[in-house]
Amino acid sequence: MKTNTAVSTSVALSRSKRDHKFLRSILFLLPSWILLLIFFVGPVILTFYFSFTNLSLTGTAAQGIEFVGFQNFKVMFHDPNFRISIIKTILFLLFSAIIGQQVLGFILAVLMKEKNKTFRRIIGIIVIAGWVTPEIVVAFCWVAFLSDNGTLNTLLQSVGLKSVSWLFTFPMVSVIIANIWHGTAFSMLVYQAALDDVPKSIEEAARIDGASRLQSLIRIVLPIIKGSIVTNMVLVTLQTLGVFTLIYTMTGGGPGTATQTLPIFMYNQAFVNYQLGYGTAISLILLIIGIIASLLYIRSMKATI
Amino acid sequence: MNRFKLERKVSYIVLALIGILFLLPLLWVLFASFDPNAQQSLKIPHSFTFNNFISILTDPATLRSFVIGLIMSLGQAFLVVIVAGLAAYPLSRYQLKYKKPFMYTILFMTSLPITAVMVPVYQLFMFIKLQDSILGTMLFLTASGLPYGIWMLKNFMDAVPLELEESAWVDGASVWAGLRKIVTPLMIPGICTVAIFTFSGSWGNFFVPYILIQSPDKFPASVTIFQFFGNYGLVEYGKLAAFSLVYTFPAVILYIFSQRFMSKGFSFGGASKG
Repeated sequence: MKTNTAVSTSVALSRSKRDHKFLRSILFLLPSWILLLIFFVGPVILTFYFSFTNLSLTGTAAQGIEFVGFQNFKVMFHDPNFRISIIKTILFLLFSAIIGQQVLGFILAVLMKEKNKTFRRIIGIIVIAGWVTPEIVVAFCWVAFLSDNGTLNTLLQSVGLKSVSWLFTFPMVSVIIANIWHGTAFSMLVYQAALDDVPKSIEEAARIDGASRLQSLIRIVLPIIKGSIVTNMVLVTLQTLGVFTLIYTMTGGGPGTATQTLPIFMYNQAFVNYQLGYGTAISLILLIIGIIASLLYIRSMKATI
Repeated sequence: MNRFKLERKVSYIVLALIGILFLLPLLWVLFASFDPNAQQSLKIPHSFTFNNFISILTDPATLRSFVIGLIMSLGQAFLVVIVAGLAAYPLSRYQLKYKKPFMYTILFMTSLPITAVMVPVYQLFMFIKLQDSILGTMLFLTASGLPYGIWMLKNFMDAVPLELEESAWVDGASVWAGLRKIVTPLMIPGICTVAIFTFSGSWGNFFVPYILIQSPDKFPASVTIFQFFGNYGLVEYGKLAAFSLVYTFPAVILYIFSQRFMSKGFSFGGASKG
């Protein structure tokens, strides 16, 4: 009998302990849940909802919101500006995020291996400085560099070449290069860490077997760091997808629609043309691309965790 | 052996070239800010002046925007550390039923671009009367920084051995006291990493306050520097450069400081988001 009560009290005790743990978990998680629900989950749900309304900042639609079904999307798919901004977004992602930052970051990481320590440090600091600099200052630097009387044209003239209105003649190239300059350090750091984790003995064995540096890099090292490459690529794509400040400051999306990526197009429709419903429909497209890429990101992380 | 030497030389030259290309746009800010008659093109100043900095730092509107930016970013960093730290505790210490899907949702949220939700956020802020509010903007920034904070702090907390806490409990400490006096001090590097990244993220964030705040006297530095560029950007290059340098300063200092805590920060395996 005695042991029985002892067991039951200990059961009761552990149950009350478990209840305590449960209560405490709820209590500790609650502040973050509330904030995330109001300011994160809420807006995501609202994006889906507002996309199907005629929400507007001015006129009659500003008073009452009306449900308009797929009207915004019908307008959008017939809007040549939408098609342009999709193409601009793809170009921006492809050349800035996927090709530019990845390749340059990887090349930097590979070349910096086994180099003089001071030299390596100096190059590292210069590249990282572009990354630490706030986006808006990056935009100023590049406007000054590429403007008609800017550094690049001064250099060109000094060797007898004609100056070019870079921001007008090659606006897309300009913002892509500025974004590569700003973002490459991240990929470089990721690839440096990944390369450091590749066991030296494997590469050495390949070299002894007669593989050249390039061969061992492509055949041996690349497959080993595949996980880092995929994760980094998705992550950089996601960061680049949301870029607004850099383009807005450098070109304002122009000239005309020349650099109007989806975030700029969304901003113009929502806050310049006051069509919040239409603007939200555009942001829904942006959000869906983001959600797909984020799911890919989680999948790639699952492999490395 | 000869070929190896050549390869080495070429790779040094390529690296040096990339370094110069990266340095050129940046040098302009440094030189122009000390140049009494700075131009758009990079040039070494003939004379040297602090006037650009003085005129930026004595303008009350600019100073106010720096203070607002500091309040917003510090407040956000503080809130993220507290709220995310609290959430991290049960996620790290207890076996919760839906922990795994919750952590994956958090990871999912860390990567979602904030730009995509700003139009509905603006509408939400109009609706709950939070528009044009520094506090409201700070709360939104806090929420957007939470997923990263929770993810990082949970992983940092996992590294703090449970035994240390248990021995404190045996001595009669409560869970709360254990968290405050045992776990938190051991997590200082993690807390600093999260705080610094959160601070730098919002200090450099232009889009969110640009959308959510309308009154010029409530603008943080990121928005006033944009306005300065719009108004004087094509005339007062020296002042723009000085403004940029002052504005960049906290981000650089904090980055250097954060290096002390992040020796292994960039491998994806394990704790860090990268």
